[in-house]
Amino acid sequence: MPQRDAFWVITSNHLLEGHAIWFDSHGGWTTKPESAQIFDDKNKADEALQLADRERSVHVGAYLAAAELGVDKRHFPKDIREKIRTIGPSNYFHGKQAE
Amino acid sequence: MYQYNEFDHAFVRSRVKSFRSQVERRISGSLTEEEFKPLRLKNGLYLQLHAYMLRVAIPYGTIDSRQMRQLAYIADKWDKGYGHFTTRQNVQFNWPRLADVPDILDALADVSMHAIQTSGNCIRNITADHFAGATSDEIEDPRQTAEILRQWSTDHPEFQYLPRKFKIAITGSPFDRAVTKAHDIGIRTLRNKDNESGYEIVIGGGLGRTPMIGKVVREFLPKDDLLPYIEAILRVYNLYGRRDNKYKARIKILLHETGLPILQEQIENEFVSCRESFTGLDAKIIQSISESFNPPEFVSESSAEFDQRMLDDPIFSEWVGTNISSHRRPDYGIVTVSLKPIGGTPGDASSEQMCKVADIAEQHGHDEIRISHEQNIILPHIPLSRLSEVFDALNSVGLGTANAGLISDIIACPGMDYCSLATARSIPVAQEITQRFDELRLERELGPIKIKISGCINACGHHHVADIGILGLNRAGVENYQITLGGDATESAKIGERAGPGFSFENLMPALERLLEAYLKLRHNPEESFGACHRRLGSDPFRSALYPKNLSAAA
Repeated sequence: MPQRDAFWVITSNHLLEGHAIWFDSHGGWTTKPESAQIFDDKNKADEALQLADRERSVHVGAYLAAAELGVDKRHFPKDIREKIRTIGPSNYFHGKQAE
Repeated sequence: MYQYNEFDHAFVRSRVKSFRSQVERRISGSLTEEEFKPLRLKNGLYLQLHAYMLRVAIPYGTIDSRQMRQLAYIADKWDKGYGHFTTRQNVQFNWPRLADVPDILDALADVSMHAIQTSGNCIRNITADHFAGATSDEIEDPRQTAEILRQWSTDHPEFQYLPRKFKIAITGSPFDRAVTKAHDIGIRTLRNKDNESGYEIVIGGGLGRTPMIGKVVREFLPKDDLLPYIEAILRVYNLYGRRDNKYKARIKILLHETGLPILQEQIENEFVSCRESFTGLDAKIIQSISESFNPPEFVSESSAEFDQRMLDDPIFSEWVGTNISSHRRPDYGIVTVSLKPIGGTPGDASSEQMCKVADIAEQHGHDEIRISHEQNIILPHIPLSRLSEVFDALNSVGLGTANAGLISDIIACPGMDYCSLATARSIPVAQEITQRFDELRLERELGPIKIKISGCINACGHHHVADIGILGLNRAGVENYQITLGGDATESAKIGERAGPGFSFENLMPALERLLEAYLKLRHNPEESFGACHRRLGSDPFRSALYPKNLSAAA
């Protein structure tokens, strides 16, 4: 049974670049967190994760990350770790924030 | 310094060649990540939050200008123009692309450097006193011993799959600047009653989730017995160290569970058989290696300019007061080049800064550079006559911060800004502390104090052995910082006491301000350091400051 107000995205790191990527609704990977597919059903998210994790020549170590949904229906990471992955480090303007 | 021989060069090149092939196979899909991961870790390549990270060894923290310039070149060509110097005398590049790593390793091999054994369950980079060979308080330069241990441990076939990683540190001075008592093996050079030099061997120290101060397993080890004895320790650990639980796999747990007398007996028994297999060749090799660490040809120059500037320029004399340590020669100084600018990232150096340090070392410092576990760069041999010029050169690239040993000279791991193991950020905490105490103009008033920050329980930031340790944890997705008090990283090593409940990121800074205001009131006189004051009074009065009764929930 889906948990109320609980959302997940599937995320990983790109094999060649190492940067954070997200599983999108077209069954591929995106470097843009706003394009991530958002799941509101944990079982469906788990199923999708199994599928997403098959393509290991593109990415390294996919997992589910808990998310919150903004008013614009975009996902926002719940955990500080995931927030940093979607933005970049706080000491330099590097990573996602600079792309 | 030690120069690679033919064998060293060939070995490092062959490893790069192997790794190049492994990377190609991973990219083509013939190696899975499960197969590739242990191979990349053996070559110091991690995958972090935003990118790969390559950890490069700087054996016993010794490096020359050519190598430093090559690090700068790598930073510019394949990274983002900087390197991060770590608490284990390594340097880390935070942004390499996988396909570029073999080229980076080749560029390192060009200057006798590598990333081998900077990860994995093997004997890691051997660390040493960063003032080695220069300090006035030294019995013997420990780097010759560190180098023979490096050679012995590199690719040692028996010790590539230990129960867990294994760290060795060595000091040649009675004043321990290498945190030897918090290593799996700590080696301290000393002299016996017959004035022969040898080693005190300490085992089972370590920080991490179960911090322990090491115990003396051999009070005096003759120099010729070094390798067989260390090999005996490793053999006993390899055999009896736990492999069922990675959190209980370090030698400190084996020591704790077995007890010192039994473990000591096992080591001594093993030593007897080990000793037979060492024919004395090692002693001859040690002798030849020791010649690589002969002191440079010191120069005698007039210090008139230095003396005059000390009188005329308070900013220069302030820097000399904090950042210059006593050299074995009275007309020389050891320069600590602070990588801790106010509001900066502890341990980071830009490629421009690296090149400037290389230039200074070459022009004024006998081409010697060291990296300290405190994440600073050391110029170990600078004539006093050149200090004025060196200070100006450092200042021209933002390296003239006069804060060595003061509150802004913070050790901090990369924390959650980069590290995939971290549970909280460390760097912003360090930045805020340095900025706040700079605003308050309290740094000099507070005097010598060690603040060390770890972004997780693995304690890369050495928080357990700080006057004030800060451990960042994750509490329900939110950063939370625990404070420990009264730790000590020196020859009187001590694990700090946890002060109490943790603080949120926002509440941490006010708590530290209360703590340090309390210290200023509690100390006997301005000469009593925070550490000395804590030893005299214990943690209670400091706890009262951190958790005042009139303040609702601190966390």
